[in-house]
Amino acid sequence: MDNIAIELRGIDKSFGPVHANKNINLKVRKGTIHGIIGENGAGKSTLMSILYGFYQADSGEIVVDGRPVSIRDPNAAISAGIGMVHQHFMLVENFTVLENVMLGAEDSQILNKGIAKARQELKRLEKEYALEVNPDALIEELPVGLQQRVEILKALYRKADILILDEPTGVLTPAEADHLFRILGQLKAQGKTIILITHKLREIMAITDEVSVMRRGEMVATRTTGETSVEELAELMVGRRVLLRVQKGEGTPGDVKLSVQGLTVKDSRGVTMVDDVSFDVRAGEIVGIAGVAGNGQSELLEAIAGIRKATSGTVLLNGESVDVTGHRDPAALRARGLAHVPEDRHHVGLVLKFEESENAILGYHNDPRYLNGVFLDIDAIRKDAEEKIAKYDIRPPNARLKTANFSGGNQQKIVLAREMERGPDVLIIGQPTRGVDVGAIEFIHKRIIEMRDQGKAVLLVSVELDEIRALSDRILVMFAGRVVGERSPDATEGELGLLMAGVEGRKEAAE
Amino acid sequence: MSTPYAKLPGWVEYGLVPLINLAVAFIVAGLVVLLVGENPFEAAYHLINGAFGRGEYIGFTLYYATTFIFTGLAVAVAFHCGLFNIGGEGQAYVGGIGVALACLWLDQTMPWYVVFPIAIVGSAFFGALWAFLPGWLQAKRGSHIVITTIMFNFIASSLMVYLLTRVLKPLGSMAPQTRTFAEGGQLPKLDWLLSVFGLNIGTAPFNISFLLALVAAFAVWVLIWRTKLGYEMRTMGHSASAARYAGIRESRITVIAMMISGGLAGMMALNPIMGEQFRMQLDFVQGAGFVGIAVALMGRSHPGGIIPAAILFGVLYQGGAEIAFEMPSISRDMIVIIQGLVILFAGALENMFRPAITRVFAMRGQRAAAVVQTKGA
Ligand SMILES: Nc1ncnc2c1ncn2[C@@H]1O[C@H](COP(=O)(O)OP(=O)(O)OP(=O)(O)O)[C@@H](O)[C@H]1O
Ligand SMILES: [Mg+2]
Repeated sequence: MDNIAIELRGIDKSFGPVHANKNINLKVRKGTIHGIIGENGAGKSTLMSILYGFYQADSGEIVVDGRPVSIRDPNAAISAGIGMVHQHFMLVENFTVLENVMLGAEDSQILNKGIAKARQELKRLEKEYALEVNPDALIEELPVGLQQRVEILKALYRKADILILDEPTGVLTPAEADHLFRILGQLKAQGKTIILITHKLREIMAITDEVSVMRRGEMVATRTTGETSVEELAELMVGRRVLLRVQKGEGTPGDVKLSVQGLTVKDSRGVTMVDDVSFDVRAGEIVGIAGVAGNGQSELLEAIAGIRKATSGTVLLNGESVDVTGHRDPAALRARGLAHVPEDRHHVGLVLKFEESENAILGYHNDPRYLNGVFLDIDAIRKDAEEKIAKYDIRPPNARLKTANFSGGNQQKIVLAREMERGPDVLIIGQPTRGVDVGAIEFIHKRIIEMRDQGKAVLLVSVELDEIRALSDRILVMFAGRVVGERSPDATEGELGLLMAGVEGRKEAAE
Repeated sequence: MSTPYAKLPGWVEYGLVPLINLAVAFIVAGLVVLLVGENPFEAAYHLINGAFGRGEYIGFTLYYATTFIFTGLAVAVAFHCGLFNIGGEGQAYVGGIGVALACLWLDQTMPWYVVFPIAIVGSAFFGALWAFLPGWLQAKRGSHIVITTIMFNFIASSLMVYLLTRVLKPLGSMAPQTRTFAEGGQLPKLDWLLSVFGLNIGTAPFNISFLLALVAAFAVWVLIWRTKLGYEMRTMGHSASAARYAGIRESRITVIAMMISGGLAGMMALNPIMGEQFRMQLDFVQGAGFVGIAVALMGRSHPGGIIPAAILFGVLYQGGAEIAFEMPSISRDMIVIIQGLVILFAGALENMFRPAITRVFAMRGQRAAAVVQTKGA
């Protein structure tokens, strides 16, 4: 009994009609890494929010170190020794690392004394857990991987013994993710308990000791990681066998649908983000752009989609030129057969405060199907939304629910349904499966390949190399704003990795 | 760290929370009354009696409410598009030109029901014109709408002084105002509406523009939630980056939203000019444009909330005047303090009591769930 760090007994939570957690029982052993997996909307984040005091359970009990505790707010969680690393970091951008770590735990009104002490403590923590960061660096100047480290330090500084991480690797580069796992291993070695939520089963297999599976609000299974397999976990999550790598036949490329020539994009400070990029995408072809996040892929997509100004270059859509350097008009591009799934669904692809049905027409609200003159045809809009909800299995199936209340994966499906169901000639997609569960990944991948087989031209940007390799007919690798090489999908991971790191590419360009 | 509070039942969210806020505002106001050595219960009596005690008083209350509905709607429309229009005051003032011109032109030859529609269009036109410039400057030049609309309030004020002392004033008159309109420039009172409830309107200027205000409230609801333009405005108001992605023409929508907002503010001028004074006077807006901000805030920018909020402010104006009259040691300024407290608690500190209320309801929910469970076991 002694070695149980946290026990949840009969946790139940509903949001109106949505029963997010149903009588959840869970034991997490001390000094282990415990994975939690489950489909989008299974209730993982809700459960963790209850544990961290963001939500109150409707019923049930939380036991920490054998003592039942009442966690009414995050402060209570912190004093119970529970820390949380949020998916969207809660850091003050223009504070230093040290200031962020201290914030809210200043000890005394006079800061100076506290600062010296905090600096010492931070030094100690950094050494103990191999969590190097410069305490005087400003948060806004740190890459996401380091910002996440600061979140972890914050929790440790507050003497957390139990650390919750909700999809921590979604925003990290592979190298950063590796580093994070080394840190977690270190924490575990020091006796800390870690709860890790992720959609990436490979990560589960690599670092957890035990893994619990949630499905539709219920805790359906707990396994010892060593005694299970990716296949079994996927099946437990979804309730059926899942294809981890979708089947894809040979493509039959046709005419060039999207042609990009010498595209250059500079950001507001004049830094070149996309540097003289040229490529074609043909009908019935998926072109994947691989690269470590931040090498210009985002800017490339945005420039093609008409929401970012290019400095020079030309783009042809269906053989006709698109004004990318002057007057940009995303609405006209949509009418000409271009659909765009943006990388950032929260800020770009969706209006989180809208009802689902309102988001289902975002960008297509000029379509006469949804209008009666100047008025919105609410019935038509809702009916259309309901059809997409059914077809894409969006949960909960409620077109009137506020979009913010859908889980991440379901939000992604809302965007995909909107952009794909239109039958565009050219589909450009950024990070189609970020934060999406394995079942939904299978579904989304199948749909993308279906689009290709229907003769659509697809341009895919993803930081997931597996995804790029599984879907693409051709792979372009971007590094520092340039396309540094083209490979077939049979290229090995190592080969692509070298290109992505800019090692091979320079040689190739020089030749 | 913002805690995502659980959702409250509708009647709590839209009924109980505002009522508690209001009650606290009145308790604090009562303490202020106590501080100047007066009896707060007496003041409360005069407030309520002054606002509702007689048909005439109710007429005054609704007359003020009419004005605040227009200015509240004006603020709300801009707000849905993410624009903070604090120029309602100036827009209403300039809107008066449209009313005055229509009346001066036609009042002697036409009946009111011909003049009224023309005055509506005129007031909306001039109000929209006054909002167009800040809107355009925001859209094309990035000049912040808050700054420009404030400046335009001052410009409006100077412009109107000029017009009322030089241009619109009848020859030989000493007062900075237009001539008094003939019958065609006078709106009929809603005495019949009050008499349905057995009330006598007396001298209250409660007039037909109240009905126009209700129509405008409904039209705003339709605009915001049922038209394409409203959809585009809301998209912009929630997320500029999503609007850009959706291909919404931001500068166009900004200008249009500001003009609709200004038009609504301008229509406020109908109420005092054609409904009460039958002439345009200096400073006829009397701060109603600013009250509109509080009304929109309290009504959560929803017409269904703006109407009751406007009536509440009508009560404060009418009942407040009564307090000042009956209890001389409570000055007009004290009434302004009380109004300020209502704005503070109902608007700015809107979320003050919400966490506690949420907790109470969460606990109730838990207990209910526990009961169900023990029964089930
Ligand atoms: N504040 C809320 N109001 C209403 N419903 C909510 C709220 N928060 C979550 N839900 C619903 O509860 C369910 C569980 O959501 P939760 O975010 O816990 O899922 P999740 O397992 O974390 O999914 P994902 O893997 O996509 O992040 C979903 O159906 C979601 O729509
Ligand atoms: Mg989640």
